[in-house]
Amino acid sequence: MQRLRVRYAKRGRLRFTSHRDISRAVERAVRRAGIPVAFSAGFSPHPKISYAGAAPTGVASEAEYLEIGVTTPCDPQQVKNDLDRSLPPGLDVLDVVEAAPGALADRLEVSEWEVRLPGADRELAVVAAEKFLAAGTVEVERLTKKGPRRFDAREAVLRLTALSATGSDGTDRTAAQVAGQSCVILRMVVRHVTPAVRPDDVLTGLRLVADFAPPVPPEVTRLAQGPLDVRTGALADPLDLDRETTRGGEAGPAGEHVAG
Amino acid sequence: MPVESIFPRLEALLPKVQKPIQYVGGELNSTVKDWDSADVRWALMYPDAYEVGLPNQGVAILYEILNELPATLAERTYAVWPDLEALMRAEGVPQFTVDAHRPVRAFDVLGLSFSTELGYTNMLTALDLAGIPLVAADRGDDDPIVLAGGHAAFNPEPIADFLDAAVLGDGEQIAIAISEVIREWKAEGRPGGRDELLMRLAESGGVYVPKFYDVDYHPDGRIKRVAPNRPDVPWRVHKHTVMDLDEWPYPKKPLVPLAETVHERFSVEIFRGCTRGCRFCQAGMITRPVRERSITTIGAMVDNGIKESGFNEVGLLSLSSADHSEIGAVAKGLADRYEGTNTSLSLPSTRVDAFNIDLANEFSRNGRRSGLTFAPEGGSERLRKVINKMVTEEDLIRTVTAAYSQGWRQVKLYFMCGLPTETDEDVLGIADLAKKVIQAGREATGSRDIRCTVSIGGFVPKPHTPFQWAGQADHETVDRRLKALRDSLRGDKQYGRAIGFRYHDGKPSIVEGLLSRGDRRIGAVIRAVWEDGGRFDGWSEHFSYERWMAAAAKAGIDVDWYTVREREENEVLPWDHLDAGLDREWLWQDWQEAVSGGEVEDCRWTPCYDCGVCPTMGTEIQVGPTGKKLLPLTVL
Repeated sequence: MQRLRVRYAKRGRLRFTSHRDISRAVERAVRRAGIPVAFSAGFSPHPKISYAGAAPTGVASEAEYLEIGVTTPCDPQQVKNDLDRSLPPGLDVLDVVEAAPGALADRLEVSEWEVRLPGADRELAVVAAEKFLAAGTVEVERLTKKGPRRFDAREAVLRLTALSATGSDGTDRTAAQVAGQSCVILRMVVRHVTPAVRPDDVLTGLRLVADFAPPVPPEVTRLAQGPLDVRTGALADPLDLDRETTRGGEAGPAGEHVAG
Repeated sequence: MPVESIFPRLEALLPKVQKPIQYVGGELNSTVKDWDSADVRWALMYPDAYEVGLPNQGVAILYEILNELPATLAERTYAVWPDLEALMRAEGVPQFTVDAHRPVRAFDVLGLSFSTELGYTNMLTALDLAGIPLVAADRGDDDPIVLAGGHAAFNPEPIADFLDAAVLGDGEQIAIAISEVIREWKAEGRPGGRDELLMRLAESGGVYVPKFYDVDYHPDGRIKRVAPNRPDVPWRVHKHTVMDLDEWPYPKKPLVPLAETVHERFSVEIFRGCTRGCRFCQAGMITRPVRERSITTIGAMVDNGIKESGFNEVGLLSLSSADHSEIGAVAKGLADRYEGTNTSLSLPSTRVDAFNIDLANEFSRNGRRSGLTFAPEGGSERLRKVINKMVTEEDLIRTVTAAYSQGWRQVKLYFMCGLPTETDEDVLGIADLAKKVIQAGREATGSRDIRCTVSIGGFVPKPHTPFQWAGQADHETVDRRLKALRDSLRGDKQYGRAIGFRYHDGKPSIVEGLLSRGDRRIGAVIRAVWEDGGRFDGWSEHFSYERWMAAAAKAGIDVDWYTVREREENEVLPWDHLDAGLDREWLWQDWQEAVSGGEVEDCRWTPCYDCGVCPTMGTEIQVGPTGKKLLPLTVL
């Protein structure tokens, strides 16, 4: 069975989809696109589509990954076009490759996040980020399904910077990004650990160490996921290994999109 | 004048609410038209949560038909959950459509589809959030026409104060006709304002405008008469019937939600109407006559719907789907076509006596083998005669025996409690029936791995049915009978563990009964409940019986008078001026027959018994067979 690895984006208002919403939408899109998806055997057959590390509901992403098992070999480029056309705008297919051996999830070691904080003060944000990075540990608490849970949000954070942005960059930006309003952008590279440290945990940490609290809900976007290049400290494209091993599937424009 | 999207303001609230995806729109096959491209604009509301409202066929069909019209646009709006309602109030965000997030007050029509009366409080929330005055008399020329449809609109009197208008029956043609009346009136420069528009609608006899009718009462509270208060307004308003379903093959472009909804499938109505004559069934009475969709249209709609939606389940809907004259050919044709594609077929309403196991096997050939559900409704032969649900115990046992021996392990049986003339023994008869079902299954399979679930709903007498005169059983009686039944089932050593039991207590049925057969005086109760925080009354976690009773007491309403009281033949009923086509004398005669256990046959197969619908409405029964077969179309 051929396996196809798909990188897709969750953009704009579709960031409010939950993982389950996406999985239903993908199953239907696969059917509409006529992709020969394989089904599990048994009493209640399910299409063989699996997901790796989905971004939380409300968080946009430029780097989500899923894997589709197909019964007859498919051209990854064709699947990319067909699947993208069948998915609703906002769930956009960026890259499809034929899978090489090895679990994709193992390569998704870190994430790069962008957190837009409209109306926040940049200088306070810079100070807060510095304090956070200077701390040895920053204990935060998050309400999980099993109740409140305390954990360190500091160690998993490999990089954290605060920039300022003016105006909109023209894409499907909304809400508090009204023209003219100042906006602080946090960029962070966070290692995937258990329990997961998410951008909102880092924001909680900033509030704890520096009393930094944005005035309106943040807009969070995952920019990239992948293996960490230990020499450069940069994120690599997790599908590169598949591209090197299997034929077909050239690096899409998505590769450049991640720059950050 | 362009109308701005409220989405930027809504978006800031979405991270704080449950299931935000339900408010963002963008469903596959949804339509957003340029505001200025249309001169007639509808906001269509299903007054319940998105997850319930989105799959609703009525709204989906009207949405598509109206958007196909030139210079007409339709968008959808649903009830927002209390968490978002609170935030919208705090931030001043109005009730919005999910398509283009336009404020509902900017539309020409707010069309509400009421499948159940329990959506009334949600309508008030939506009006209030929209900034539309709750009471129709307070509305000005800038407010939309608030228009109700759906089955509950066959007695809209309890919400008459809040409605500008109501329509009865099939919506396809009347929605287009209303659009044209509005278009003309606007093109003429809105002569005479809102009242003239409502007059133009009312004059036709096809749109009910409550304010053009006065209700007089007797000193004892009964209605004396309902009469038009203007010349040119007809005494009675008639229902609408689409006569050729093949000409209206909607939905063509099924809405596919991102959010999870209660029905995740592509649904096709295979016929409308039902003349089985079950006396409790309002749907069967008000949707007559039977009009079948042809096998070829069904086949084409399913093919198109699956391709357009990507759903993996097809629902063949109607009030009794196995009664379609060519259901066997439909089932086989579809099962052949979707062989090997993991596409399931479902037949939501099947009668025991119309069901056969070949049909069930076709339906489960390509997909999941779900449970089978049958609705004997009454626990004893006597009671089933009273309600004219002519299903015998032998029918039921024969059918479940076949099902169990073909590999089904689970059968669901649906009953009602509180039916007219019902005794404790009738309800306990349900336990005997369930035990016999289990016994039959064990004998047929030699296995003890056989289950049956008994599900019971409280009976509510409905307008335009032979039981419209009946006294509703009080909730104490219903609860006592249900408890006795539960004890009988649970206490049974031999069968108890094989029988599941699902029921609701009797109190919500009393409120439903009050709203179903209420008159205009009930409007004050609905408003008081809403002002006291009443929302989502169809949801047990939100429903409060005590709140309804307190509001009724405050409004001086005697709930028993509206619910448990039996009516006399000559009493004017609140909906008598609304014409579902049924001859009142026939209904009364059928009610008398019910009490004496007389049965009525189905007019599809036996001579007409003069229920009145066809001659009054100019309609006729349309059933096959056509003799045609489904072609095995190429499937993706």
